[in-house]
Amino acid sequence: MATLELRNVNKTYGSGLPDTLKDIQLAIKDGEFLILVGPSGCGKSTLMNCIAGLEQITGGAILIDQQDVSGMSPKDRDIAMVFQSYALYPTMSVRENIEFGLKIRKMPQAAIDEEVARVAKLLQIEHLLARKPAQLSGGQQQRVAMGRALARRPKIYLFDEPLSNLDAKLRVEMRTEMKLMHQRLKTTTVYVTHDQIEAMTLGDKVAVMKDGIIQQFGTPQQIYNDPANQFVASFIGSPPMNFVPVRVTAQSGCLVAVLDSGQARCELPLAGAAAELEGREVILGIRPEQIALGGAQGNGLPGIRAEVQVTEPTGPDLLVFVTLNQTKVCCRLAPDVACRVGDTLALQFDPARVLLFDAASGERLRLASTTASVMDNAAASTGR
Amino acid sequence: MTTATAKLRASPLDALQRWLPKLVLAPSMFIVLVGFYGYILWTFVLSFTTSTFLPTYKWAGLAQYARLFDNDRWWVASKNLLVFGGLFIAISLAIGVLLAVLLDQRIRREGFIRTIYLYPMALSMIVTGTAWKWLLNPGMGLDKLLRDWGWEGFRLDWLIDPDRVVYCLVIAAVWQASGFIMAMFLAGLRGVDPSIIRAAQIDGASLPRIYWKVVLPSLRPVFFSAVMILSHIAIKSFDLVAAMTAGGPGYSSDLPAMFMYSFTFSRGQMGMGSASAILMLGAVLAILVPYLYSELRSKRHA
Amino acid sequence: MHSAVDKPALSPARLAIHAVLLVAVLLYLVPLVVMLLTSFKTPEDIGTGNLLSWPTAITTVGWVKAWGTVSGYFWNSILITVPAVAISTAIGALNGYVLSMWRFRGSQLFFGLLLFGCFLPFQTVLLPASFTLGKLGLASTTTGLVLVHVVYGLAFTTLFFRNFYVSIPDALVKAARLDGAGFFTIFRRIILPMSTPIIMVCLIWQFTQIWNDFLFGVVFSSGDSQPITVALNNLVNTSTGAKEYNVDMAAAMIAGLPTLLVYVVAGKYFVRGLTAGAVKG
Repeated sequence: MATLELRNVNKTYGSGLPDTLKDIQLAIKDGEFLILVGPSGCGKSTLMNCIAGLEQITGGAILIDQQDVSGMSPKDRDIAMVFQSYALYPTMSVRENIEFGLKIRKMPQAAIDEEVARVAKLLQIEHLLARKPAQLSGGQQQRVAMGRALARRPKIYLFDEPLSNLDAKLRVEMRTEMKLMHQRLKTTTVYVTHDQIEAMTLGDKVAVMKDGIIQQFGTPQQIYNDPANQFVASFIGSPPMNFVPVRVTAQSGCLVAVLDSGQARCELPLAGAAAELEGREVILGIRPEQIALGGAQGNGLPGIRAEVQVTEPTGPDLLVFVTLNQTKVCCRLAPDVACRVGDTLALQFDPARVLLFDAASGERLRLASTTASVMDNAAASTGR
Repeated sequence: MTTATAKLRASPLDALQRWLPKLVLAPSMFIVLVGFYGYILWTFVLSFTTSTFLPTYKWAGLAQYARLFDNDRWWVASKNLLVFGGLFIAISLAIGVLLAVLLDQRIRREGFIRTIYLYPMALSMIVTGTAWKWLLNPGMGLDKLLRDWGWEGFRLDWLIDPDRVVYCLVIAAVWQASGFIMAMFLAGLRGVDPSIIRAAQIDGASLPRIYWKVVLPSLRPVFFSAVMILSHIAIKSFDLVAAMTAGGPGYSSDLPAMFMYSFTFSRGQMGMGSASAILMLGAVLAILVPYLYSELRSKRHA
Repeated sequence: MHSAVDKPALSPARLAIHAVLLVAVLLYLVPLVVMLLTSFKTPEDIGTGNLLSWPTAITTVGWVKAWGTVSGYFWNSILITVPAVAISTAIGALNGYVLSMWRFRGSQLFFGLLLFGCFLPFQTVLLPASFTLGKLGLASTTTGLVLVHVVYGLAFTTLFFRNFYVSIPDALVKAARLDGAGFFTIFRRIILPMSTPIIMVCLIWQFTQIWNDFLFGVVFSSGDSQPITVALNNLVNTSTGAKEYNVDMAAAMIAGLPTLLVYVVAGKYFVRGLTAGAVKG
């Protein structure tokens, strides 16, 4: 159990090359579950390798329990890692795989046996101990890989996309199991994934990365509700947030965004928007699940009328696509809404939930009404 | 931003661990730099000296190369290499491809047949040369066998015919290497996606046509490596000549490798021998560089 | 590719294919059969019969005489081959391990430089190598030949192991490092136990190459230290006395048997070695 802190961590593979990691700054408390999430090539795996000591950082410091370990070799950092490919030693049995690290650390055999038994019981792999990795299914290999990490009782666990080689069903099962395990063991964990659902469900803290830079660091709820920029907003959430280009105009002393469905126009009031936004083209972001159905079929309130272009019933939801300002917009409606292609629906946008982004930089344009939550986040979020 | 606690330093043992890979590779690096490149450079230098029986480092400029180009035997050896190499490569490829395609037709004893085709590759060129020298013996070898079998007018005395002796080398070399080319192409054929052939069959193409138009063109990389390997064997061919003809009759079956050996080590013409070795290296590079270039380029695109 | 022809029926075309393959088998076998038949004949028999005539009386005279002539050189070849194969394979394995799993700045460049050694015409290094062996006092010794074979075999042995090891996932080494294992522990406990196939390929390749070598043998040895290939060549190409073809053929068989045997026993690895590193002449 330990705390982990990264201070201005930099990593470059040579002068002239772009930075692989740039000023990474984050800290997690003892027992917290940190998710590093981002598209492939964003530097999340490199960052994990740096924490493990498998790669050297070129600037900054990595602190485990307040001690700077940046110069230490992997074996002295007391870290265990579960790899995407599991990396089980193919010529050793499951038992030998779990024992290997303990034997190298010269633990007495009796203690080793006890530890293997404990881990095997915990992960329900007792019946597999004599087998070779090649004789195991993907899910079993995954368990053994976790067992190997658990046996060492390290200060910090690192998981490098541990579920991505499993099929969809098993992945969901293992995800729940991991969460249970973490709740029980309360181990400090760093978990790399590109799967935003894993990020949302498992993490105490989430760091969204892109191009070697942390875009936002916060709790899953902060990331979801209050994204720092358009990238974070689009990366977290499924189906992704809708981004509609809008022009901000002044209407009777209040700034509004103009939406046009081809059938109708509506002005969405932007309470709290800064006055200098007037006349500018900005990006309006709204999540599909935050669009409500008005009119007779819905809550009876008026909304912008738009023609249904495509419907995608997913079972629990009905995804309806309409066009606003020449942009496809996805709305997540209740599955029992009766609507067909060509129908006209009245859609409601909650002005309190819409977000605005700068059209050029993608940076969030804060509205005064959300300032309060920004203040709340200031402690945890470093952003940019 | 200052760290309150002291930075934990790596122990000396860890430092050693970090250097171990380099330490392990160091002897090989030394060997490669000295034994490969250093020696090539040394030979290069020798080729510009007047060295004869012993190395002397008296500058001779391009004199050795000039002597080499004036030497009739060198030209015979070079011409022989072109004839030998060209025929050896072409025939080995033709036989290898043919046998591979035929063997790919679900032949029952395929494993056994493949073993027979390939066994000559396990033999030393000296053994191959000895065997074929006997088989091609004028008066006692195949010459006599075919006459005994009723082909009265058959004559096979190429081994003592200065104009034809090089074909004897071709026969022996093809016997040794063609099975290997077969194995390369068979492996390539096994890697071709069967759905391509299905698709072509549905298009109504006949099997020979499918092979000629679809399958073999897809084996271009195998073809290039085969040419590469065969030409390399041809340029370095020394043992085969030594065993079969020793360069004779006269020097009519000389190859550059043989020339280099006899001028350097038997005739005490170290400078000229080195010059011929450098030219051989040039020939290898002339084939190797374009090959590696295309290999690297295709890999980068893949 | 195999499944292109789904049901092989005995059509005229297939008969022709079988016929061609069979004729080829016979043609490839002829030299071996001729060698064997000749080696068991008496010189008189060789004079009166032809290549493929059955010996009138099977005699081992040729084999006995051949063995008497070349046995010493046969042992030389073993004395050269065994240590050279073992050492070059061991170094190649370590080199391949470093070049695939412990890359450092410059290691790729080194690999490129080494790779060229696979294509190197040895004529360009013969003279400096012989000077060096002379300086080391190893000229005309089997030890000198071992050294030369190790040095110039490194390119291939390293290539074999490096290409085998690059296909092993990096994560395995990372996992072992986190488990606390060092450079040699990882090699011995994890990598080496996985390497059996490539060790076989490498051993067999090096064995055939070194056993069959003639160039280094003829340049760097003389008299008592010569390997069997040189001895065979001397025997076959002496112009003194009457030619005893039965002895020549028996000697050639003796020189060829060890590699043939390896080929028959471990053909699978032999072919793999050829296709993996088939660039050596």
